[in-house]
Amino acid sequence: MNYLPHTPDDIAMALRVIGVDSVDELFADMPKALRKPDMDLPSGMDETSLLEHLRGLAAKNKGGGSSLLGGGVRNHFIPSVTPHLALQSEFVTAYTPYQAEVAQGILQATFEYQTMMSELTGLPVSNASMYDGASSVAEAALLAVRQAKKHNKVLISSGVHPESREVAKTYLKPLGIEVVEIALDNMITPQPEVDDDVAGVIVQSPNFLGYIEPMADLANAAHDAGALFIAVCDPLSLAVLKAPGDYGADIAVGDGQTIGNPVAFGGPHFGYMVVSDDLLRQLPGRIVGETTDEEGKRAFVLTLQAREQHIRRSKAKSNICSNHQLAALMAAVNLSALGPQGLRDVATQSVHNAHSLAKQLAGAGLEDAGFKVEAEPNFFNEFVLRSPVPAKALRRALADAGVQAGVPVPSAYGLGNAVVLSATELTTQADIDALIAALQNVGQPAPKQVEVAYD
Amino acid sequence: MNTPEDLKYAPTHEWSRRDDDLVVVGITDFAQDQLGDVVFVELPDVGETFSAGDAVAVVESVKTASDIYAPVGGEIVEVNEALEDEPERLNESPYDNGWIFKLRLADPSELDNLLDADGYERVAEEES
Amino acid sequence: MTKLAPKPHDVTTKTSDNFPLIFERSRSGRRASAPPKPADTDLAALLGADNLRDTPPALPEVSELDLVRHYTQLAHRQFSIDGNFYPLGSCTMKYNPKVNEETAKLFNDVHPYQDPSQVQGALELLYNLQHDLAEITGTDAVSLQPAAGAHGELTGILMIRAYHEANGEGEQRRVVIVPDGAHGTNPATATMVGYKVVEVPTGDNGEVNLEAFKEVLGDHVAAVMLTNPNTLGIFETNILEISRLAHEVGAQLYYDGANTNAIVGRARPGDMGFDVVHLNLHKTFTTPHGGGGPGTGPVGVKAHLRDFLPAPLVKKTADGFDLDFDLPHSIGRMRSFYGNFGNLVRAYTYIRALGKEGLEQVSAMAVLNANYLRVRLKEAGFPIPFDRINMHEFVAQPPEGLKAIDIAKALLDYGVHPMTVYFPLVVKEAMMVEPTETESLETLDAYAAVLADVLRRANDDPADLLHAPYQTPVRRPDEVTAARNPVLRYRPSEPV
Repeated sequence: MNYLPHTPDDIAMALRVIGVDSVDELFADMPKALRKPDMDLPSGMDETSLLEHLRGLAAKNKGGGSSLLGGGVRNHFIPSVTPHLALQSEFVTAYTPYQAEVAQGILQATFEYQTMMSELTGLPVSNASMYDGASSVAEAALLAVRQAKKHNKVLISSGVHPESREVAKTYLKPLGIEVVEIALDNMITPQPEVDDDVAGVIVQSPNFLGYIEPMADLANAAHDAGALFIAVCDPLSLAVLKAPGDYGADIAVGDGQTIGNPVAFGGPHFGYMVVSDDLLRQLPGRIVGETTDEEGKRAFVLTLQAREQHIRRSKAKSNICSNHQLAALMAAVNLSALGPQGLRDVATQSVHNAHSLAKQLAGAGLEDAGFKVEAEPNFFNEFVLRSPVPAKALRRALADAGVQAGVPVPSAYGLGNAVVLSATELTTQADIDALIAALQNVGQPAPKQVEVAYD
Repeated sequence: MNTPEDLKYAPTHEWSRRDDDLVVVGITDFAQDQLGDVVFVELPDVGETFSAGDAVAVVESVKTASDIYAPVGGEIVEVNEALEDEPERLNESPYDNGWIFKLRLADPSELDNLLDADGYERVAEEES
Repeated sequence: MTKLAPKPHDVTTKTSDNFPLIFERSRSGRRASAPPKPADTDLAALLGADNLRDTPPALPEVSELDLVRHYTQLAHRQFSIDGNFYPLGSCTMKYNPKVNEETAKLFNDVHPYQDPSQVQGALELLYNLQHDLAEITGTDAVSLQPAAGAHGELTGILMIRAYHEANGEGEQRRVVIVPDGAHGTNPATATMVGYKVVEVPTGDNGEVNLEAFKEVLGDHVAAVMLTNPNTLGIFETNILEISRLAHEVGAQLYYDGANTNAIVGRARPGDMGFDVVHLNLHKTFTTPHGGGGPGTGPVGVKAHLRDFLPAPLVKKTADGFDLDFDLPHSIGRMRSFYGNFGNLVRAYTYIRALGKEGLEQVSAMAVLNANYLRVRLKEAGFPIPFDRINMHEFVAQPPEGLKAIDIAKALLDYGVHPMTVYFPLVVKEAMMVEPTETESLETLDAYAAVLADVLRRANDDPADLLHAPYQTPVRRPDEVTAARNPVLRYRPSEPV
């Protein structure tokens, strides 16, 4: 299969116009040694075989759509209208809106997205989106260091998603910026010592384990020392929880998957970043602004581009070039479809189901088998379940029983064997019953081979 | 091109006006014309010290950004804060209301390294 | 393509002429969807009263049909590949096959934290794609993690830095060399990794000036970043010599894969001597640009750099496929999970659809189309500064006295998208054209005819183009005001 329109006559005609005898002649600048490499690739396929191949691969996956797995991304309700509208081919196959006259669709939709993210976070200035939550955390840390100029240290709570912390370290280490972790105390971030040389304090709430952090106190601790406070939030939680702007955060970042994109084995989703007015000029990535056209009509354009890599080159605020436009558009359409009440309903039912799950687990007589629900402090829609068997073995055993649940808690948390359980508005009583039954089976004296195989 | 005779010039398009031990710095008429409409000026902090040739400020237009270099070394004693709200001053009045910063001159002899109006116009003509 | 007769018109604009924002369509109490009805829940008791927000976010409240109209009409205010010829140089705006969208959907509900035993199909696909991209680039190992081309660059340069550090040369090698025609991301990336950037000029033939290159080379150089063919669409004929010289002083050679469409299936960066290669799956491998992203920028490396890749890779085991975190020198994670998986499915679908022979035809027809259009534009009266056989793209200029921006704006009225203008920076008034292989010769002829018509109009009335376009939803928005007084979100004009 290919997607070429050229007939043999076309090719002959084009070669004549160009003034060469063969297609190979067009590649004469290429050293001979490089031409026609030996590549181990299969031959092409027709569409039927292709679909069969891909469907075959998809069929090897099991248990998709679970609502009990979280850890940063979750299966939430997405109305049919969302992908239908966001994935129209004009949006899907457009380039970056550099020619504003013929890109008002994407530019306006992005302006609306920025407004929605500003509403959710309570901060005024949103960019047009970033790659994902983890890289947004890293970019926020870089922003804090740029803003603070000579300060060269960033504090990051261990409650921030482990993958986000890893990415932040990958980005910051080569620049000589020190990343200091704040260990959790009873599942949440304690008041940290913030030295004068700290540029920013980064805290996630609800944190990776699911618990709600004392954000106002932590923000005060950062500000008292002259550091910026960076809040990492699941945007869905902001339907009901205090917004970063409410507690004085300077920057809000996070992964936007939960408000309108499928989990899709981890991507593409999008990261968001919203900042205070003071930080406008330091904000990385694309930004859409409102203006008027020659006739005085409202128009939207990419603006503040002089910060960006294609102009500033080696002096750009970041090398980031693209955003995750289409994923951000999915979120904007989805937020419009849900509206404030719909989003609140989704968040509320997630909270309800998660607390119901925790309560039922606590009452299921699993303590004797070594399970323990950590129901304190306040959690949103995820919480910790301590396990008698290693986390990955538990996850595998549950999967073998047809239940997809249990994001392993890394050992660095000091919780021993533990997993994070999650619920969404899509979680049913049958899901909860199946999980409890599977846990009860795991809780039975374990067959030897399970421990050997997965320890 | 408007190039006042009483100023000194750097080949990177800054003008300097000596005022006792201070030097006032801005960008030339030629430079503002090349940049187009200025939309933002990133100013240095008062108290910062620079050597001649260091990047001190940034002037942004819609599609370009240019560093402004210190024509001579010294400490920043004042910046033109009005530019934060009215960056267009750089276009409208590059030698007067559009001044960018004032330096306390570290070594007056550095002024001798700068160009006079004729010398600068020759540089500018080559670039235009 | 439709040829509109552009007509200037005098208009007095009223607020009602503004296309409404979704917020302006909003009416309190309207809803467009029905999520599961929540049970009675005392949020204050479950979450802590202090943790709850006082006022809900002011999101739009619209009916489902209002929502559909809004986004459908917005879509109509948007050019796209599906609707318009879109020959942006350096962007590879080729047709994005629909079957890719079908296959990507097959994996939408797979969760990244499922046990590996449950996601064998997804892992097998990643494993196969790692293999295919290694074959296509001539490298030994591939990470699919980077989320964009620039992200791939960052990954690659971080790896090069870690490699030099592991060899005890981290302090010594502080410079990255890039050509003056390079994409802006190259110098921006090098700076982000803490390197100093040194530019090497383009020679008269449009290639890297070899003598100038030798002068800046030395054992203080960490990496040389190149695009080949370069941003003028010209193949660097000295590439093997450049590679030899770079490696002689211990530098690593980095391939910016933005222009891979010119060589895919016919030559491999790894064979040219590149140590690190990133690909833009949204260019060569047909994942949609999405109006600005998500892109995807996998990175391939030679064997000596494999252990520096971001973890995890996907490995094959006796039982099937598994995530491989065993990379002792890994630079660390670049992002969450395993990359932009949906786009990896699309690119894999494309590669397997075309196969080896199909990929070779891609570069052949991409280069044929670009050369054909170069000749046609020259005939139409556009100077070609480096007039030689080019690869997948070429750079033209407007005739003396005209500006690239005015030509670009005029094209919009004809229903075709302009080429990239003002890039590369090494050509004044650059107009960089990349037609791609999926366009027919008739489309290219029509584009050349439209450009000839634009020149005719400029000739007849020099003022005509200055106010073009005339028929687009908005005309020449005021970018100066947008940047001087940024308005970055909607605010209701009166309290709601």
